[in-house]
Amino acid sequence: MNWFDDWGITLTVFIPIVGAIILLLIPKSEEETIKGVALLTSLVTMGFAIGLMAEFDYDDTARLQFEVNKSWIDVINSRYHVALDGISLPLVLLSALIIVLCIVYSWNHFPEPHNPKALLALMLVLETGMIGTFVAQDLILFFIFFEVVLLPMYFMIGVWGGKNREYASIKFFLFTLFGSALMLLSFLAVYFSSKDPVTGQHTFDIVTLSTAGVLDVSKTAAVVMFGGMFLGFGIKVPMFPFHTWLPDAHTEAPTVGSVILAAVLLKLGTYGFIRIALPILPEGAQEWAPYIGLLAVIGIIYGALNCLAQRDVKRLIAFSSVAHMGFVMLGIATLTTAGINAAVFGMVAHGLITGLLFFVAGSMQERYHTREMSRLGGLLISAPKMGWILGFTAMASLGLPGLAGFWGEFPAILAAYEPLSVLSEETFRTYMVIAAVGTVLAAAYLLVMYQRVAMGEVPEEFRDEHIHDVHGPEWIAWAPMLILILALGIYPKLLFGITDDAVKHVTEGIATALNATAK
Amino acid sequence: MAHWAFLIPLVPAVSYFVILLFGKRFGERCSYIGIAALSAAWVMAAINVYQWIDRREIVRESIEWFEWGGGSIRVGTHVDGLATMMLFVVTSVSLLVHVYSLEYLRGDRRYTHYYAALSLFSASMLMLVIADNTLALLTSWELVGLCSFMLISHWWEDKDNSNAGLKAFITNRVGDVGLIVGIIILYFVAGKTFDIDTINSAALSGSIRHGTLLIAAVCLLAAVCSKSGQVPLHIWLPDAMAGPTPVSALIHAATMVVAGVYMVARLYGVFFAGLSIDEGGMNLLALVGGVTMVIGASMAFVQNDIKRVLAYSTISQLGYMVAALGVGAWTGGVFHLFTHAFFKACLFLGAGSLSHACHHTFDMREMGGLRKKMPTTFLTFTIGTLALAGVPPLAGFWSKDEILNGARANDFPIIMVLGFVAAIMTAAYMGRALYLIFFGQYRGHAHPHESPKVMMIPVSILAGLAVVVGLLNAPFADYRFGQWVKFEVEVENRYGAAGEVAAAAEAEGEHAAEGEVVAEAEGEHAAEAEHVIVHSITEIKELAPGEVVLFEPEEHEFNIGVAGSSVAIGLVGLLIATWIYLLRKAPKNLLLVNPFRALYTLLLQKYYLDKLAVDGIAKGTAGPVADGSYWVNQKIIDGAVNGVGVTTKKYLAPFAYEQLDQFVVDGLYNGLGETTKGLGSAFRKLQNGRIQRYGLWLFFAVAILGLVVALLA
Repeated sequence: MNWFDDWGITLTVFIPIVGAIILLLIPKSEEETIKGVALLTSLVTMGFAIGLMAEFDYDDTARLQFEVNKSWIDVINSRYHVALDGISLPLVLLSALIIVLCIVYSWNHFPEPHNPKALLALMLVLETGMIGTFVAQDLILFFIFFEVVLLPMYFMIGVWGGKNREYASIKFFLFTLFGSALMLLSFLAVYFSSKDPVTGQHTFDIVTLSTAGVLDVSKTAAVVMFGGMFLGFGIKVPMFPFHTWLPDAHTEAPTVGSVILAAVLLKLGTYGFIRIALPILPEGAQEWAPYIGLLAVIGIIYGALNCLAQRDVKRLIAFSSVAHMGFVMLGIATLTTAGINAAVFGMVAHGLITGLLFFVAGSMQERYHTREMSRLGGLLISAPKMGWILGFTAMASLGLPGLAGFWGEFPAILAAYEPLSVLSEETFRTYMVIAAVGTVLAAAYLLVMYQRVAMGEVPEEFRDEHIHDVHGPEWIAWAPMLILILALGIYPKLLFGITDDAVKHVTEGIATALNATAK
Repeated sequence: MAHWAFLIPLVPAVSYFVILLFGKRFGERCSYIGIAALSAAWVMAAINVYQWIDRREIVRESIEWFEWGGGSIRVGTHVDGLATMMLFVVTSVSLLVHVYSLEYLRGDRRYTHYYAALSLFSASMLMLVIADNTLALLTSWELVGLCSFMLISHWWEDKDNSNAGLKAFITNRVGDVGLIVGIIILYFVAGKTFDIDTINSAALSGSIRHGTLLIAAVCLLAAVCSKSGQVPLHIWLPDAMAGPTPVSALIHAATMVVAGVYMVARLYGVFFAGLSIDEGGMNLLALVGGVTMVIGASMAFVQNDIKRVLAYSTISQLGYMVAALGVGAWTGGVFHLFTHAFFKACLFLGAGSLSHACHHTFDMREMGGLRKKMPTTFLTFTIGTLALAGVPPLAGFWSKDEILNGARANDFPIIMVLGFVAAIMTAAYMGRALYLIFFGQYRGHAHPHESPKVMMIPVSILAGLAVVVGLLNAPFADYRFGQWVKFEVEVENRYGAAGEVAAAAEAEGEHAAEGEVVAEAEGEHAAEAEHVIVHSITEIKELAPGEVVLFEPEEHEFNIGVAGSSVAIGLVGLLIATWIYLLRKAPKNLLLVNPFRALYTLLLQKYYLDKLAVDGIAKGTAGPVADGSYWVNQKIIDGAVNGVGVTTKKYLAPFAYEQLDQFVVDGLYNGLGETTKGLGSAFRKLQNGRIQRYGLWLFFAVAILGLVVALLA
C-alpha cells in the first residue's frame, strides 16, 4: 500500500473536484446520470477517507501521517504539503460523510430552482475545499482551500435559498471575506518574520512555523498577528459579536446548505485556531485567550437567549450553533489538553447533531411549508418517527450524557477550571460557571421548541393533510448520524483515543513556548 | 454476582431497545418483555443481597472509558452494602410497578412507549446506584431525569402535562449546574480523578483545602435540592404528578427522587468534611433538609388532590433523609430511604387504585366512604399511612426514630425540633387524607369497586413490606441493617501535626498517594480488622501523620425518650386529624378568619415560590430578557453590520470602484476579478439578471482582498 501513503490524501482531496468537472460535462437533462455520478464520486471519496482511517497508525496519532511535501510555488517557498494527524482525521471523515449524506438526502427533493447538476457540482467543490483545509500543512495551501469553500456556499445560498437569499448570501460572503483578508495579512506577516532553520528562507510551512525559534517576533507583533487570524477564524466559527451572518445564512440556505454549513464549514474556523493560530503564535494566544474565553461564554449565554426569542425553527437552530461553538472556543481558550480535546470532540459532535437538526427542520419545512413554531405542533402524532428523531437529536444537542454532545460540553467546562498555568485561574473559573449556566438555557430552548413542534395536538390547518413520516433517503441519510451520536456518546474513547496524543502534542508545544507546564 | 453487577442494568437496557424497535410488532405483549427483564434483574439483585450478607466484600470492576492528557478515565461498577440495598429496592419496586401497570395502563394510547420508558428508567437508575465514579453517576443522573421527563409528559397532547415535564427537566438542569461544577472541583482537588472512593478518602484525609471542599459540597447540594425535591428547587415535584400514577410511585416517590439523597450518602466524605458535620449545631445540609420537611408537610394540608398530598409528603420525607445525613445519622437517612420506598410506593399505587375506581379522579372531594367498597385498598392504604405517620412497629417508625435520635445525639437540637414538628404534621395530613377518602359519605358520581388482583397484589406486597422492613434495624434485631449497609472508607491522616491543613502544594502530588489508598481498598475486607475505626475529623487529626484508619459515621443506640416522644407526637397528629375530619368538631368557617385565612392562602399559593420561579425567573428569561437580547442582536449588532454595508455600498464602493480601482490595483487583482467574473457567468443561466449584481459585489469584495495583498506586497 505504498502508493496509498503517497496518494491517499491527494486523491481524497481532489476526487470530488474531478467528479464536479465530470458533472459539468454531462448534459443537464440526464438527471439520473448526474445524480449517480455525484453519489459515486462522494462514495469513492468516502472510501478513500475510510482507507485513510484504516491505514492510520493509531499508536502515534501526533505524527503527521500520509505526508506529502512537494515543491509548489517556489517563488514564495510555498509547498504542496499535506498530511493527517489525530486532529485532522476525524474532521476529514466527518466532511466526507456529510457530503455523501447530503447527496442521498437531496435525491428526490432538490430545492427550487431545481438544477441538480449545479447544486451537486457545488457540493463536490465544497468537499474538496473542506477536506483540503483539514489536511493542508502550508499556510497558502490552507488559505486557498479555506477560500475555495466560500464561493460554492455563496451560490448555494444565493441561488437555492429562501426569500431573503440575496441579502443573506452577500452578508455571508463579505463577512467571511473580510475576515479572510485580515487572516491572509497575518499569514504574510508570519511569513516575513519567519526563518526556516534548514533553508534559511522565509516559510509558509505550518509544521516548521510551529517549531520554537522559527518565528522571531516581539510579543506585541505576535499579539497583532494573532488578532488577524482571530478575525479570520473567529468570523467563521462564528464568535460573538461576529455571528450575525450565521442566522441569516442558515435561515435562507437550502437544507443541504445549512447542513454542510453547520456540520463542517464552521469547524474550519475552530480548526484554524488549533492547527495554525495557537501553535504558531503561542504568545499571541496567551494574551488573547482570556478575551476569546470571554467572547465564548458570552456566545454561550447570548446565543441561548436569542434561541429563546425565536419563532422560526431553523433560525433557532442557527442561534444554537453560536452557543455550541462557544463551548468549543472556551475549550480552545484554556490552552489545555482537556480543553482542546473537548473542542475537537465538540466540533464533530456539533457537526453530527446540528447537521441532523437542520436535516429534520428541512424535512419538516418540506412537509408543512412553514417553519413558524406557532403554527406547528403534534409532529409526534403526524410523523411519530420523525418526532422521535427530533427528540433524540434535541437531547443530544442539549448535552445529555450518553450522547455525543456531552463530550464536547462537559470537558470544556472542566478544562476551564484549570487553564494553562500562565492564564488567570479566577477568570476562567468564572467562565466555567457561566458556561455551566448555559446548559440550563440550552435545555430550555430545545425543550420549548420540542414542546411546540412535536407535542400537543395537530393544529387545525394540518389536520386533514397527510404528513409523510421519515422516508427512504431520509433514513439512509440520518441513520449514520443517529448511530454515531449514540456510539460516540456511550464510548467517547472512539474519538478521544484518536485526538488525545495529537492534542497533547499541540498543547505541549504551546506550554514549552510559554514556559508553562502542559495540562 | 457482584462481579457481574453490570448485567443488572444491562438487562432492562436491552429490553428498552427491544421494545422501542419491535414494540409495534408485539403490541400489548411488549409489557411482558419489560416484566421478564425486571424479573431477571430482581433475581440477580436478590442473589447479590444474599451474597453480600454472606461475605460483605466490596467488589469493583472497571474498564477504560476514554483517555485524555495521557490519563485514563475508567468506568465501572462498585458494589457495596449501599449499592446492594439500592439494587434490591429499585428492582423490587420497579417490578411491582411493571405488573401493576398491566391493568392500570391497559389500552393506553402509548402503551409500548410507556413500557419502553419504564425499562430505560430502570436501567438508568440501576446504573446510577452501582456507578463507581462521579462521571458515570452524572450520566445516569441525567438519564433518569430524561425518563422522568418522558413519563411526566406521557400524555403530551395536553399542554399541562408537557409543561409539567418541561418544568421538571429544566428545574433539574438548574441543580445539575451545581452537580457539574461540584464534580469538576472534586476531579481536580482529588488528583484528577472521578473515582468516588478516592474522592471520599481525599476529602476526609485533610489534603484538600477546607474552603474548596465546602464550595464543592454546596455545589453538589444544589443538585440534591433539584433531584430530591428540597426547598427551593422542589417546585417541579408536585407538578410531576401529571404523569401516570405508577410512574409517580416508582420514579417520583421510591427511586429517582432519592437519587440526591443517595448521592450525598455515596459522597459522604465530601459532605462530612466540607460541611463539618461532626461539629454539630447546624450546617447547610441539615438546614435544607429541616426546612424542607416542615415546608413540604405544611403544603400537604391544603391539597385536595390525593396525589399532590402524597407528593408534598414525599418532599417532606426526603427532607428527613437529607436532614439525617446532615446531622451525621448516615444509617438513619439511608434506612429511611429504604423504608420510605416501600410505604410511599404502596400509598401511590393505592391512590392509583382509588382513581381507577372513581372515574380517573384524584380529587378527595369526590371520594369518601370508600372503606367498605374497596376493602383491600383501604387496608393497604391504612398500613401505608400508619407507616408514614411513624406508628410502631411499622417501617416508618424505626427509620424516623433513628433520624430524630441521631439529631439529638449529634447535637442538632433545631433539627430534632423540626423533625418533631414535621412528624405531628405528617400524622395529621395523612389522617386527613385517610378520613376524606375512606370515611363519611361517598361524594362522587362513579360506582367505586375494588381494583383487580393484578393491581392489588403488588400493593399488598408493598404493604406487607411496609410492615416488616423497619424491623431490620430494630434494637432487638441487633441493628442488622446498619451492619449490612454502612459507609466506610479508608482515610490516611494528611492533616499537619497541629491539625492544620497540609500545604496546598501537597494536593498536587496527591495522585500518587491516592493510588495507594485505592490499591489498599481492594483488600478492604482483610484490612478492616486491622484498622482503627474513627467517627470524626477531630479523631483523624489526632492520628499520627500518614496513619491509615477506617472512617465510619457514628451510630447511636435506641433511645426510649426520643422513640416515646415521636410515637406520642404521631398519635397527637392523628388525633387532631380525627377531631377535625372524622368527628368534624373543628369550628366551621375557621379558614375564613385571619390568621388562618392568611396561612391557608400562603400554603395554597405554595409560599409563592412557584410564582417566583415560573412567572418571575423562567418567563422573565424566556420573555423580556430573551427578546431584549434578540433586539440587541437585530438592531445594534446587526444594525452596525448593515450600517457598515450600506455606507460602503453608497459611499465607499463608488469611490473605491471609480477612483482606487482604476489606478491602484494591479494585474493580480484584475486576474482574480476576471476569474470571478468567469465563474459568475457560469451561473448566469440560473439567475438571469441577478447575476450581474452578484458579480459586481463579488468583484468588489475581491477588490478589497486584492488591495490588501497589493498594499502588502
